[in-house]
Amino acid sequence: MTAAARPKVEVHDLNAWFRGVHALRGVSLSVPGNTVLAIIGPSGCGKSTFVRCINRMHELVPGAHQSGHILVDGKDLHARGVDPVDLRRRVGMVFQRANPFPTMSILDNVVAGLKLNGVRGNHAEIAEKSLRQAALWDEVKDRLHTSALSLSGGQQQRLCIARALTIGPEVLLMDEPASALDPIATAKIEELIRELREQLTIVIVTHNMQQAARVSDTTAFFYLGELVEHGPTEQIFTNPKESRTEDYVTGKFG
Amino acid sequence: MSTRATRRAVNATMTVVCALGLIVALMPLASVLWLVISNGLRGLNLDFFVQLPTPVGEAGGGVGNAILGSLYIVGIASAIGVPLGVGAGVYLAERGGGRAGDVIRFTAEVLSGVPSIIVGIVAYGLVVVSMRRFSALAGGVALAVLMVPTLARSTEELVRLVPGALREASLALGVPEWRTSLRVVLRTALGGIMTAVLLSVARAAGETAPLLFTSLNNQYWNWRADQPTASLTVQIFNYAVSPYQDWHDKAWSAALVLLLLVGILSLLARFLARSRFGAQR
Repeated sequence: MTAAARPKVEVHDLNAWFRGVHALRGVSLSVPGNTVLAIIGPSGCGKSTFVRCINRMHELVPGAHQSGHILVDGKDLHARGVDPVDLRRRVGMVFQRANPFPTMSILDNVVAGLKLNGVRGNHAEIAEKSLRQAALWDEVKDRLHTSALSLSGGQQQRLCIARALTIGPEVLLMDEPASALDPIATAKIEELIRELREQLTIVIVTHNMQQAARVSDTTAFFYLGELVEHGPTEQIFTNPKESRTEDYVTGKFG
Repeated sequence: MSTRATRRAVNATMTVVCALGLIVALMPLASVLWLVISNGLRGLNLDFFVQLPTPVGEAGGGVGNAILGSLYIVGIASAIGVPLGVGAGVYLAERGGGRAGDVIRFTAEVLSGVPSIIVGIVAYGLVVVSMRRFSALAGGVALAVLMVPTLARSTEELVRLVPGALREASLALGVPEWRTSLRVVLRTALGGIMTAVLLSVARAAGETAPLLFTSLNNQYWNWRADQPTASLTVQIFNYAVSPYQDWHDKAWSAALVLLLLVGILSLLARFLARSRFGAQR
């Protein structure tokens, strides 16, 4: 992580609306490559909208629009010639609730991104690699052809992470990936985030401040659609500059 | 301040009332089945399924050509109606939020309320008049028009039931929207859609009115789409309105055959809904 290197993701003065609600107000921040950014803040503060702007999922919601610029590797997401479909292969996403494809087996779920896009190759090998990365391989290797719905909630979520990794993203967006999971499954996913950081850049939305403190390099605090403060995680939690940040991380509100 | 005893009494009374309601509701079904089976079973033998109809008074004969014709006409109707109906349903569910969607939905509702004999007249005007002959194709078109609106609406409902999270999962993997619609959304709803298709096919197979002046009837085997074609329903109608007891018996037997055909289709629909086409559990 050299200071001269261009940040992986840069956001400049991002505003976003849906159905008349001004969900993000002038957010600017940048995420260096191979780091983890945690986004914290109370419900409805625009955290999810923010990550959904980075892979252009936000604009799929009817009535949604946005202004400002987001750059990945220095290239504007809305520049001419940028195909949102290609972008989403580079910027993967894991959702709050595990959403495996119910009609597919475990194996087919992992390689769904390849199969649905008609990518050929040794799918079994790629699936094993992703499942190992997601720390799920040992639990599912003997039943790869059973339904994905036979897995537990935590396993399904790791399956979704494996599925996102299969298409080889450079950035991984995680929208409260552990909010529906028990502490053991959560610990596994946090471990996974620390490992994945070696290969890619992660933006994780979380309600759990201990989790943010454990996994992230920098933390951004959102409140009512505004970015209140963004800095090194340790500083945000021990010595925040803004009083609102301090109130939130010490549990006075939110 | 009802006591335990009064609560029990109310519970027992209501249970009996519900059971009576069920019996009353099932009575028409049971009586139809009983009537058709008891009257139709006598005339049923292998010949009835494979032979051509015979003139009045001549023993034997069957409705083989009508069975084939019904399958043929319903086949044509499905080939036209199923893609249109399912396609329209997917469109309504995925893109039907705006004005166009409302117009299509309203049109489908109106169309599904049009009496089937009117649809037959329209097919007569469109196909029979322009081809200058009655044909299986005309009958197929008429039945297809009947299938499309109901199929579109039920497909729409089924596609809407697919959780939005699955769409998002697919889109987030960099799968284009059209492929997401086809290979994730439609695939997930497929079990239900298969059921809806088979039920609408079964309904179409039971229609008589639209076939009367489109596919007409035929006393012989026919394999050509541009020729008048026999169908079970029209054959039943012709036999039933005739003054001959012999033909009346044949009408009952043909009705039983039709009932079996539709029953098999419905059973198949239920089976498919639960099989591998449905969501895995």
